[in-house]
Amino acid sequence: MQKIMVCIKRVVDYNVRIRVKPDGSGVMLDGVKMSVNPFDEIALEEALRIKERLGNLEVVAVSIGVGDTQQQLRTALAMGADRAILIQTDAAVEPLNAAQVFLALAKKENPDLILLGKQAIDDDANQTGQMLAALWDRPQATYASKVELSEGKAQVTREVDAGLETIEVDLPAVITVDLRLNEPRYVKLPDIMKAKKKPLEVTSLDALGVSHGVFLKTVKTEPPAQRQKGIMVKDVAELVGILKQKGLI
Amino acid sequence: MNKILIVGEHDGKSLNPATAKCVACAAKIADSEITIAVLGTDTAAVAAQAAALAGVKTVLRVDRTENAHPLAATFAPQVAALAAEYTHIFGPSTSFGKDLMPRVAALLGVAQVSDLMAVESAYKFRRPTYAGNAIVTVEADASRKLVATVRVASFEAAAGGGAAAVESKSLSVTLPAHTRYIGAKSGSTDRPDLQTASKVISGGRALGSADNFKLLFSLADKMGAAVGASRAAVDAGYAANEMQVGQTGKIISPEIYIAIGISGAIQHLTGIKDARTIVAINKDGEAPIFEVADVGLVGDLFQIVPELERLIGS
Repeated sequence: MQKIMVCIKRVVDYNVRIRVKPDGSGVMLDGVKMSVNPFDEIALEEALRIKERLGNLEVVAVSIGVGDTQQQLRTALAMGADRAILIQTDAAVEPLNAAQVFLALAKKENPDLILLGKQAIDDDANQTGQMLAALWDRPQATYASKVELSEGKAQVTREVDAGLETIEVDLPAVITVDLRLNEPRYVKLPDIMKAKKKPLEVTSLDALGVSHGVFLKTVKTEPPAQRQKGIMVKDVAELVGILKQKGLI
Repeated sequence: MNKILIVGEHDGKSLNPATAKCVACAAKIADSEITIAVLGTDTAAVAAQAAALAGVKTVLRVDRTENAHPLAATFAPQVAALAAEYTHIFGPSTSFGKDLMPRVAALLGVAQVSDLMAVESAYKFRRPTYAGNAIVTVEADASRKLVATVRVASFEAAAGGGAAAVESKSLSVTLPAHTRYIGAKSGSTDRPDLQTASKVISGGRALGSADNFKLLFSLADKMGAAVGASRAAVDAGYAANEMQVGQTGKIISPEIYIAIGISGAIQHLTGIKDARTIVAINKDGEAPIFEVADVGLVGDLFQIVPELERLIGS
């Protein structure tokens, strides 16, 4: 194992309360705190732990997005990635397009393993890893809660609806990570200073030979329908009475 | 004419109820013809169940030894081959469909609409983003195939009583050997399946321990309910991962949902807002769960839950 590529997305921080613009053209993003997609942070942490275990391996963090995405890649470098690549574009990039970009990077970088989050917390699409694996014609192991590497293979425990499933994939492979794979480390100040000196290459879709594609047009964005607040009961007897009346118990 | 192919989910014996939800979603598209494909080693039984769903015209059986387990790497090239004759390819938004369908879409070189929650037209749909805080309407290119996963909580299951034709399909598709199934561990239980149960009781961090969850199991058994948990309770180790209800866990739509000791974080509410009736029991009267509950009761769950169990039986 020589190289792990970790794909990172810049997203609205998970603590930010999302507000839909009154004109329905999207959500309010002005002045909103942006962060590394939490699932991608877990993917990076896993790559770093593999590196700490096996040694002598390079972790490359890659992202697609606006110029300010350099901030999230600097965070990745501060966590411990060795170098970073930003494919800079101001256009919104859909999952299929992102997978095409990561494929081009995979062909250039030849990683043994690509790790990324199972989904981004903005579009919640849950597609990019699977699409990348298909285009790359390599195995996928989604929703990983445990990753064990051996010679040329990975055994991955996956979180599925019925519980846990274990599969074995030949490397190179794409693994998308779930919430409970690990707990990402905190970045310390000296690491932030060190990260400033690490290489961060900025390039473009054109340079990579990938064209920007729009596959789905977003027509409208709306806030969700709200449930009405119901009634408060004073005790269990009253609660049971209502539920029996509604035929629910 | 919209020709819709639905990838059926099953365990070899029974068709997962999520498939009937996909049929209901597909039926909302005007001028459509619905086909279900079931992939497995011996799909006779599940194909018969699929054929009984109202509104389905054809069921395709794809039986081969490599289909013993639903691996996306194995299934995707077969579904992509079947897709040639269809305009729409749907799968459920379950861990099965979410794993498989994007791989199918990429093999076809088309985009996917994830978590389709409402049909506006054959190529225009609504879906949730930002953990359900923003609902977007998206429109796809009608000249290309459309792949989508169906948010099962948004649709009532298609009725039975159908009599679709069942056909066996043999596909000359070379399958990769780079992905192998090793095994599965399920939190096997006699209780109803959380994803499809009509009654669900969930516990939060206020339960305080895994041992205290027995209170909920006991109540659930009395009611014939499934048991879920908030992310906080799962993170604290009180409940198994597969019990998590919410945006990153299961999204459910039971007839009745009883939230016990759950404050109601937005990511949890996203998972339950399609429940018919929500009951909240919490000692904090200001908890956000009460804002969405149909019936709320403020008090100590350790007194309320045993009393509830007693009164339900009486």
